[in-house]
Amino acid sequence: MPQPDQTGLQDREDVYDAESVEAGLDALDTPVDASEGSVARRVASRVLPPVVAIALLVAVWQALWAAAFWPEFKLPAPVDVWAQVWQLVTSGKILELFWVSVHRAVIGFAISLLIAVPLGLAIANSKVVRRGIGPLVSGLQSLPSVAWVPAAVLWFGLNDRAIYWVVLLGAVPSIANGLVSGLDQVPPILPRVGKALGAGRFGVIRYILLPAALPGFLGGLKQGWAFSWRSLMAAELIATSPELGEGLGQFLHNGMSLSDISMVFAGIILIFVVGVGIELLVFRPLENSVLRARGLTSAAH
Amino acid sequence: MTATVEAPRVVEDVVRPVRFHQVGKAFGSGRKSVVALDGVDLEVAAGEFVCLLGASGCGKSTLLNLVAGLDKPTSGRDELSSSRPAVMFQEAALMPWLTAAGNVELPLRMAGVPKSQRRAKAAELLELVRLAGLGDKRPHELSGGMRQRVALARALASTTDNTGSGAGKPSLLLMDEPFSALDAITRDVLQGELLRIWRATGTAILFVTHDVREAVRLGQRVVLLSSRPGRVVRQWDVDGLSGAGEADAVDEINAALRKVISSHAAA
Repeated sequence: MPQPDQTGLQDREDVYDAESVEAGLDALDTPVDASEGSVARRVASRVLPPVVAIALLVAVWQALWAAAFWPEFKLPAPVDVWAQVWQLVTSGKILELFWVSVHRAVIGFAISLLIAVPLGLAIANSKVVRRGIGPLVSGLQSLPSVAWVPAAVLWFGLNDRAIYWVVLLGAVPSIANGLVSGLDQVPPILPRVGKALGAGRFGVIRYILLPAALPGFLGGLKQGWAFSWRSLMAAELIATSPELGEGLGQFLHNGMSLSDISMVFAGIILIFVVGVGIELLVFRPLENSVLRARGLTSAAH
Repeated sequence: MTATVEAPRVVEDVVRPVRFHQVGKAFGSGRKSVVALDGVDLEVAAGEFVCLLGASGCGKSTLLNLVAGLDKPTSGRDELSSSRPAVMFQEAALMPWLTAAGNVELPLRMAGVPKSQRRAKAAELLELVRLAGLGDKRPHELSGGMRQRVALARALASTTDNTGSGAGKPSLLLMDEPFSALDAITRDVLQGELLRIWRATGTAILFVTHDVREAVRLGQRVVLLSSRPGRVVRQWDVDGLSGAGEADAVDEINAALRKVISSHAAA
């Protein structure tokens, strides 16, 4: 009975102005963005807590060292470790260490990506493949990839190929699983809507499923990076040889051979800095921008 | 005016977007099969606004899937001569990674419509649902009512008149309880909006609801379905009713709906 003017909540005496009622509703119902205050305050609130935590940690370390609970060759002075790092920086050796390790990790990660994406797509889209190798891939994720170092050394010898093999086995399962869980978590209404809007089988995959799975996939990438960096360090630490060049793992190994505890600490700190740095500089911003665009973050990052 | 439609309202030479003849749909096979629809006769004329009314289990989603061409009937004939129907669901189900305009453009993009044309069409449709200038907003920045309007614009964009291949055929909009998740004020305003858009576009609408008032307010014709299996019980012509006539129609249809529902109490 299409006569909107005579029903609903508007009194008949009132001028029914659908447009202004609607505009009012829109204004009232639209979610409000709470702003977080000034840029300086926002930066301070994010940077300050970790800086304070690190400062506290160093202070405790310094106190323990000063109390001389442990002999000097077990717990170095913070200053000595810093001197080690500083010496690496001034001599430029730090660049060589970073280059050897990071370029390996990046290449290993890239190859993992090339293998893991088709693998993940196959597992997510085919029941047979999922039943067949799904559990295998999940299982590999919980097998520490260091366990492959001896086999890799026996198969390939002490060279880059052995190291890449270990990195691949660390990163591929994480990335593939991330993609699979991302695809599994797509709300079923979205592909249904896609079909109703005229998408074919591949249209649904390309325009609906892949973009919808992106947050889960990014989570997998982040974890895959962490795993490949971890595996790489383990491989470098165990498989040392002159022809492999000196990376961070090798540096750490040398520290152990020389019984130089401050060198060992410096190595650990550098490995930590690279691992966290790449996550903070690459993956965190990527993930935040994807999540923010979808309204999936509270501003608390 | 509230009389049951007895004589068939058919004019044979008119193209009808939907013509169902004794359509049945069963899921599963053998003894375990469940009959969702049984012997449904349903016609929608070009430009007509039909409301399907039924309690849960009346197979309305199944019926909409058949009309949308997403499924095939197991018996009977379904003749669909509309362009590809636009479908709107209870949830807006906007793609969260796309802006409002991006969502409206999505069906056009999937149909390979060039970018500049897409932009223009999306802007035009957003204007139609009174969201001009909000095309850059993301779904999470919009209210529930606004999201549902974006979904309406997107559904309209998906009709083949807009994607290019079905020009000349009557258009059809299928709506599956699109306003039931909204609050009362928003629902009221959107019902008014839907009527405005219906008049502006001249599209036929098949609107599923379980709200008698809504059905009578919006539709020209109300079709009552029984539950398990879904059959057409009765239809009412409710075009142009107002005031007391409208209230009577609501009461009468309500009574019939209650009768259908209470017949399941024994089973």
